[in-house]
Parts: sequence; C-alpha cells; structure tokens
Amino acid sequence: MKIDHSLPLEYSTEENRLKIFGFWIFLGAEIMLFATLFTSYFVYEHRSGNGPSGAEIFELSPVLMETILLLASSFTIGLGIHAMRLGKQKAMMAFFAVTLVLGLGFLGFEIFEFTTYIHEGAGITTSGFTSMLLTTLGTHGLHVTFGFFWGLAILLQVKKRGLTPETANKSFIFSLYWHFLDVVWIFIFSFIYLKGMM
Amino acid sequence: MKLKWTLLAMIFTVAAVLSGCEPLLVLDPKGPQAKVQADDIMLSIWIMSGIVIVVFAILVFVLVKYRASKQSADYEPPHIEGNMFVEAICIGVPIIIVIFLSVMSVKSNYEVEATPKGYEGQEPLVIYASSSDWKWHFSYPEEGIETVNYVNIPAGRPLEFKLYSYGPITSFWIPQLGGQKYAMGDMVTTLHLAADEPGELMGRNANFSGAGFAENTFDVEAMSQTDFDKWVKEVQDTAKPLTEEKFNELLKPGHLGRSTYTGTHLEFSPAPEHHHDSADSDKVSEGEHHHESSDSGKEADHSHHH
Amino acid sequence: MDFFNRFAIPHPSFLIYASMVAIGLTGIAVILGITYFKKWGYLWREWLTTVDHKRIGIMYLISALLMLFRGGVDAIMLRAQLAIPDNKFLESQHYNEVFTTHGVVMILFMAMPFIMFFFNFVVPLQIGARDVAFPRLNAISFWLFFMGAMLFNISFVIGGSPDAGWTSYFPLAGNDFSTSVGSNYYMIAIQIAGIGTLMTGINFITTIFKMRAPGMKLMQMPMFTWSALISNLIIVFAFPVLTVLLAMGTMDRLFDTKFFTIGDGGSDMLWANLFWVWGHPEVYILILPAFGLFSEIISTFARRNLYGYKSMVASMVVISAFSFFVWAHHFFTMGQGALANSFFSITTMAIAVPTGVKIFNWLFTLWKGKIEFTTPMLYAMHFLPLFTLGGVTGVMLAMSAADYQYHNTMFLVAHFHNVIIPGVVYAMLAGLTYYWPKMFGFMLNERIGKWTVWLMSTGFILAFIPMYITGLDGQARRMYTYSEATGFAPLNMVAFIGAGIMAISFALLVYNIYYSVRYSPRNIGNDPWNARTLEWATHTPVPEYNFAVMPQVKSTEAFWDAKKHGHEIFKGKIEKIHMPNSSGLPFIMSCIFFVFGFSMIFSIWPLAIISLLGILGCLVYRSFEKDHGHYIPVEEIEDTETKLRGAK
Repeated sequence: MKIDHSLPLEYSTEENRLKIFGFWIFLGAEIMLFATLFTSYFVYEHRSGNGPSGAEIFELSPVLMETILLLASSFTIGLGIHAMRLGKQKAMMAFFAVTLVLGLGFLGFEIFEFTTYIHEGAGITTSGFTSMLLTTLGTHGLHVTFGFFWGLAILLQVKKRGLTPETANKSFIFSLYWHFLDVVWIFIFSFIYLKGMM
Repeated sequence: MKLKWTLLAMIFTVAAVLSGCEPLLVLDPKGPQAKVQADDIMLSIWIMSGIVIVVFAILVFVLVKYRASKQSADYEPPHIEGNMFVEAICIGVPIIIVIFLSVMSVKSNYEVEATPKGYEGQEPLVIYASSSDWKWHFSYPEEGIETVNYVNIPAGRPLEFKLYSYGPITSFWIPQLGGQKYAMGDMVTTLHLAADEPGELMGRNANFSGAGFAENTFDVEAMSQTDFDKWVKEVQDTAKPLTEEKFNELLKPGHLGRSTYTGTHLEFSPAPEHHHDSADSDKVSEGEHHHESSDSGKEADHSHHH
Repeated sequence: MDFFNRFAIPHPSFLIYASMVAIGLTGIAVILGITYFKKWGYLWREWLTTVDHKRIGIMYLISALLMLFRGGVDAIMLRAQLAIPDNKFLESQHYNEVFTTHGVVMILFMAMPFIMFFFNFVVPLQIGARDVAFPRLNAISFWLFFMGAMLFNISFVIGGSPDAGWTSYFPLAGNDFSTSVGSNYYMIAIQIAGIGTLMTGINFITTIFKMRAPGMKLMQMPMFTWSALISNLIIVFAFPVLTVLLAMGTMDRLFDTKFFTIGDGGSDMLWANLFWVWGHPEVYILILPAFGLFSEIISTFARRNLYGYKSMVASMVVISAFSFFVWAHHFFTMGQGALANSFFSITTMAIAVPTGVKIFNWLFTLWKGKIEFTTPMLYAMHFLPLFTLGGVTGVMLAMSAADYQYHNTMFLVAHFHNVIIPGVVYAMLAGLTYYWPKMFGFMLNERIGKWTVWLMSTGFILAFIPMYITGLDGQARRMYTYSEATGFAPLNMVAFIGAGIMAISFALLVYNIYYSVRYSPRNIGNDPWNARTLEWATHTPVPEYNFAVMPQVKSTEAFWDAKKHGHEIFKGKIEKIHMPNSSGLPFIMSCIFFVFGFSMIFSIWPLAIISLLGILGCLVYRSFEKDHGHYIPVEEIEDTETKLRGAK
C-alpha cells in the first residue's frame, strides 16, 4: 500500500481516495432518495383524508430541540475531523463521542415526537399525509440510527488501532455522511415543519 | 385525403385481407376526435416512412459498396473524425421534422381536449361513465337515467364523458369516436367526443384491471336525436329505479349483462371531487356533501391535475 | 390455516407440477454432479467468493441467460394463449401472472444483468484497469441481484406470482385488488436486486473516473466505456426513486399505509408518476450500453474509426438528461391536460434527434469502410433497420393526441419490443459473440451464428409487426383472450409462429455454444477480430491481474494505433501487483438478504428480525475486518506471462 504523505491521512492512499470519491457519488444517490421523498411529501401535504393536518399536529419545541441537537452534532464532528487532521487522537475521539451522544439525543426527541403523533391519532396508517410524513421523517431517523452504530464502530476502531490511513478514511467518510444528514434535516425543518405550521 | 386512404389500404392490404376486409378500427373514424387522431397517425406514418426509406437506402448503399469482398486486399479505410457540415445536416433535418411534428401534436392536443370541431355552438350531453370490476356504469344526470354496460348517444351532438372508477385505474375507449382517457378513483377526468352519424360501435376498458379485464367491454349505439329522446322517454317510463342497495350490488366484482335504471347513482354516491389545492375539500369528497349533479359536472371540468 | 394458505401453489395444473418436478430434478442433479466431481471447494473458492470482475461478469452472464430462458418460456406461453380466439390454455389470472413475470424478468433480471456482464467484463479491460474500484462491493452487487432474481422466480411455485403487470399500478396491486402474496414478491425482490444495481452504479462511475490507464483522457475512452459511464450515472440518479417507490408499495401492502389507496388521501397517480420517473431512464440504462457495444462492433468490422466520436458522446449525454423529462408520455391519457401533454410530447420527440445522430454516425462509419459480415456485425446490420423502425414508431407514440389511440394497445407492445429486441437483445447477443473468445479462448461458430441472426430477425418481424396492425384495430394489450368476431385471430397466429421461430433461434444459440465448446479451434491468439481497443491487447484468457504492465494510452484507439503506427502501449518492467482478497461475506450476506426478503413477503416477522440482525452483523464484521489484499510477486507474474504467451 503506497502512502502519500503530502496529503491528509484520509486521502493518503489510492484506495482511500477512491472510497471518498465513491462516497460522494453515494451521497448523490442519497440526494435523489430524499428528493423523491420530499416531492412525494408535497403531493401528500394536504391529502390528510379524515386524519389531522400538519398544522394540527406539529409542535415547535421538540422540533427545535432536535434541530439544535443535530446542528450541534454536525459542528462537533467537524471539530473531530479537525482534531484528526492535527493528529490529536484523544480530542478526535472525544468530539466523535459527543457527536454520537447528541445524535442519540436527537433520536430520543424524535421517538418522543412520534409517540405524540400516534397518541393524537396520526399513525402511519391514518392517511396519505401521515404515512408520507412518518416515512420521510422515519427515513431520516433510520439514517441517524444507522449512523449512530456506524460511528460507534469507527470510534472503537480508532481506539483499538489508532489513527491509520484506514481509520482516518472511515472517520472522514462518516463525517461526510453525518453532515449530509444535517443538511437533509434543515430541509425537513424548513419545508415540512415550518411550512406546515405556517 | 382520398389518396392517403387509398395508399394506406395498399400498405395494410395483407392485414385487411387477414382481418376480414374490414378497415382498421382506429383508422375508420366515426367522429371528429377520432378523425383528428387518424389524420395525425397517417401523417406521421408518411413522414416516418420517408425517414425509414432514407436510412434503409443509405444502409443498403454502404453495405453494397463498401463490403470487404468488393475491395482490394490492400485497401486501407481512411481515418475520418467527422464533418461539421454533414453532422449539422444530421441534426438539422431531424430537428425540423421534430418541430413540425411538435406543432402538429400541440395543435391536436388542444383539439382533442376541447369540444369537437364543428360542434362548438351546441350544448354538450354530459354522461358520467364510471367503472367497477369489471363493468361500466353510465349515468345521464340531466335525463335522470342510468345504464350498465351499454351507452346510447345522440349523433351530431357533442358529448362530455366524465370518467372515474370504483376500483383499479381503467381506461375508457371507443376507438372509432376517439382515443382513451383514464378513469381513476381519486378524480374525475373529462373526455370530449362526438359521433357524426348513427351506428353501433365497440367500447372497452383498455387499461389492465385484473382478472376480468378482457371482457370489460360495453356497447355504444349512436342514434339520431329523435331516436335518442324516444329511448330516454321509454327508459324513464319503464325502467326500475336505481336504489343504493341495488347499486352496491352492481359494484360487486364480476361480469354483468346490460341493464337500465331510472335515477342515477350520483344522487347517493357522487363522483369524486378534485381536491388538490385545499385540505378541506378532502372531507367533502367523503360523501357528506350532496351536489346537484350538473353542478359537480361543471366543477370537475377544472380538474386538471398537474 | 390462513398463514399456510399463503404458501399454496397458485395454479395447481400439470404445467406447474411439471415445472416443480423439473426444478427439483435439476437442483438435485446439480448438487449430485458437484458432489460427484468434488467441485464444492472449487465452486466456493473460485466463484462464490470471487471478487474478480471477470468472474463476476461471467456469473452475471450465466444468470442473464437463465433468465432469458425463463422470460422466453413466459413469452411463448403468452403467444400460445393468444394464437387462437377463446383459447382455454391459460385462465385469466394465470395469464396475468405470466405477462407480469415476463416483463419483470426480461427487463430487470435478463437485460440488466446482461449489461452488468458487459460493464464488468469489458470496462476495466477497456480502460486498462486491474479491477473495479470496489471489488468486494461488486461481489455484493452481483449476489444481491442474484438473490433478488431467485426470490422473484420462486414466486410461481410458492404463493403465486405478481399479477398487476410489470408496471404494478396501484390500486390494482394493492391489498384490495391483489390478494395473493404475488405483489409482495414484486416489491421486495426488485428492491433487493435494485440495491445491488445502485452499488454497481457507484462502483463503475468511480472506476471509470478514477482508474483509467495513464494517458487516457475522458475524450479518449472507447465508446462502450462512455456508454457505461453515462448508463451508470443514470442508475445512480434513477434507482433511488425506485427504492422509495418500492418501499412505499411494500408499506401499503404489509403495513396498511395509505400511499396509493382509494380514499384516505391516497394517490394512485403518484405510483404511475414515480414508477416512470425511474422507468423511463431505466430504458436508457439498457439501451445506451447497447449503443456502445454496437459502436465498438461496427467500427471494428468496418475497419474504420467511429465517425463523429464527439457527437456520439454528446448525443448520449443529451439523451441521458432528457430521459428524466419524458416520464409522463407513459400516461398521456391520465387527464393532465393539453399543456402538460404538449410539454412531454415535445421532450419525447426531441430525444429522436440525438438518437438519429447516432444512427447516421453508424451509417457514416460504414462509409468508406471495409465491411466484414461476421456474426456480431450481422447483428448490428439487422439492428440498424429494425431499430430505426422501432424508433420512428416511438416518435409516432410521442404525438400525445394520437397516443390516446395507441395507448394500452398492441401497437405500443409492438413498439417497445421493436426497440428492446433489436436494440438491447441484439446488442447483448452481438456483444456475447464478440467477447466470447476473450472470455473462453475460442470462437463461437460463425455459420451457426449467422443462421441464428437471420432466424431471429425473421421470427422478430413475424412476431411483432402484426401487433402494430392489431393494435390499430383495437386489440388492447394484456387481454388474456379475444373473441372470433374481433378478427384479431389470423395476425395473432402469425405472431405465435414468429415467436416460435425466435425460440428456435435461441435454441440454435445454445446449440452453437455446445458445438463450439466441442469443435471450435483453440489457440486463436489475443486479438481474433483484429479489433481496436485495449481489451484485445492483453492475453486470452485474461490473467487475474489483466495487464502485467499498466498500458500507456495516447489515442482513442490505443490498440489499433499500436498495431498500425507502432505506438508502444506496455512500457516499463513488471512490478508486484496488489490484488484484493476473495471473500465469502458478499455471498453469505446476500443469502441472509434472501431469507429476509422471503420472511417479509410472507410476513414472518420473527425470521425477518433475525435475518435483519444477521445482515447488520455482516456489516459490523466487515467494518472490523482487516483486509489489505495481497501482492502477486514478480516471479509469478512472469511465469504466467510466459505461459500465456506460449499459448498463442
């Protein structure tokens, strides 16, 4: 394995460069996935049948909490990658851990939000609108859940193996993924919650 | 025009002989809309034949002229990158053809989506055609009658079919009067047709809708306005009324013969309304609201979905 | 009892029992055969765990040929049923299942793996790479596709096949109108295969952008590689739509959501829209690589460079962009109004322009050439006129007002078979014949090959041209029968005879393989067709590492210029080569995916959860696994090279 020391660790081998490039393309596919979900959401936005509409069930406070937690986690993982570039493994691990805890907090609030919806009679089988709402939010939530376990696995590897081209590469790709989920959330926040509450 | 049809007959001679010397349904229009479509089809067949002939001719030419067996063993084909002029022609000519066809297509679009040409001044007859597995229900709100699996229409008068479905998506099609349109559970679509002269025609659901799809047909009879009025009067006098109970029985999956009723199901089971713009109208469509059928007909007129 | 009823054989008839017995016997024979010849280890080491793009390609090929057989049998059954009026051969429900599986199998499980075979086998060789960017991901792609295909195929003996058409429109495919598990198979099997396809897209885009041989600029890539690149870009942008769509359909069927129901805010029209937002680009995913293959073949056997290389590339880029803006032409009759129809009518016709450019460029490539009618070239020369015919009928269908009359009729069926068979299928068979010697070191028999082409075209014309006519005469598609009075009978009989002739031509293809395995001369060298691109510059059979020394490329036709102008491609000396390790994980994980899919289809929740955990377990294992590949030492490479050079 040829290591090019003029580049950051995560870019230092050919394999690493390929993986980062490939992951960007994967994110392209993810953009299409969420674009499809958003488009469909706009179709169902007012198709609430006998169920409640968005304005009736959306509440600002849990959503704001989720937004703050996820934005903060995006910031901390950025710090984590910065620390990784400086070679500070401890700091990097700490920032990653904070990121994951914030992600977990986000999930907690989201679960709370979903239970409220179901209690208010907005379950996944209620209407086209609620099916689509919960599917869109759920897809994002599943991504975060998956990201949590993925991040955990990477954290363990960094702890065990230190900062190698391989672990640095994984951490960097994971950070791309996490930032992407944050961007998606901003769209969810603006076009589902804010638009729905207005 | 005459020449066109004669030439067409030549092209499809074999077909016509095989299919019992009858002209092909779609190319034997009995109404203005089907005529527009048949003309479009014939025009495009001619233009496309021209293209096909050009391509075939070039192909045969190069294959005959440049086959290896006709050339000396030491012939070395040249390296040619391409030629701006030739490529401009290859792009330019198709673009001109496409522009021409686009104009044709757009013009016809607006024709088939409006009251048929030559019938503009007249008040159209509104018929609600709804499908259920695997039948067609025709409601005449103004006449207050309803038929199953057959529809009688006055010739020489514009028709507005309001289409919707009690089941899977179906497609309402009377080939000799004009092309299809979908009937769906969620909205009403409108098909503008007219029959030029009296006669019996074939109608069917063209969109696959499950096990009974093949037999999902209906009879169409175009008759003079006097005969039509006579038939309506007769139905109003003799047919049994359509009750909600009876209608629900009719909706059950299966095949039925023809039947006739007074009153329409629109009175107790109105057509779906278009509800794309506001959440409130959703609830209206759930059946709490009863419309005058002629009213809802006007509203459904605006139901362009996208 | 209800639970077990779901597994029941859907159409207990002689045909079904006979095929069950046949499947059982074949399965037993294969297992016994492998055991008898002690080939289990070989199978596991060399094939099931391989990450070599050439081997994976060949496995795609085998799957595609199997599925071609399956889809072909479906086709013959359909044509037989319609050959005479009021036929009792298949009852309506059974017919509906057969045409549904015919469509799905041919598009997704025959044509897709066939082009995947070409991507896998040809692209790395054409760009001078040693493997794809992510070899293990490539194996996962294949095995996911394979398990999806197998899952779909067991439907006709376990529980019933999907019966709502390959487009699977709701509400017909919903629980209210499609009560068997058939449509569950559709949603889940295609989903599993689709994930694999998406991975392939990512893999090949990365490979083509990042792993080209030194010196090969984008505008110097062989045309097939260009077509593969664009096709994979479409995959990455279109398949996520399918993923979402199938997920929504699955949830409607399994969890009672209200996406596509009548009432409760459901929208059946959204299914049709999203399906074709994926479905139309999907058509171009198939046809562009076919165009690429024909470009290679025509240029090779006209003994000339491809005319208008730049406009060829540009036209593919334009086609791929337009392919996302034409979807509504699949349902002009949905009532979206004249304005929307006009828009989609014009965009659809506009696609004819770049496609026409390609046709003319192929014709001009033949011009001043020195044309040799080998079997692949014969396919190409049959493709040109037949595909033109299919193309122009496509323009006719694009005229939306007229489409009100073509829609849902046999005219449409004739049109899309007229583009897919001469376009995609001919390209696949031409490419198969063309690359056969590179794969296996001997040629397919040319005489039998040419007979195959002529028979296939004869059968094709007889089978599909009559449908244009019956369509205009009012024969709707997907009708399981029609009455004598309609007058459709004679032409449908002609179509059945045509289908029979096509079946004979495919049988001839199989016979050709058998005949050539036995009698074809070996030692045909590396370049039996006197071709022009890099894949012919390496040895036959291709060594594991493809190229002992990385090729240096200076032009579009690197190998041709090396032969004609003495460019040196292989400069430098042999060094040790890094190669990826084989892995059983892709196969094992995909098997678990199969179990997961099966338990979802039949709503066996405990098993679904266990298998889902199994899949996650595989991912975790993969994450922690240390796998840095291995090096092939210089001596071993030199040994292989000498041996292969000797074999010439």
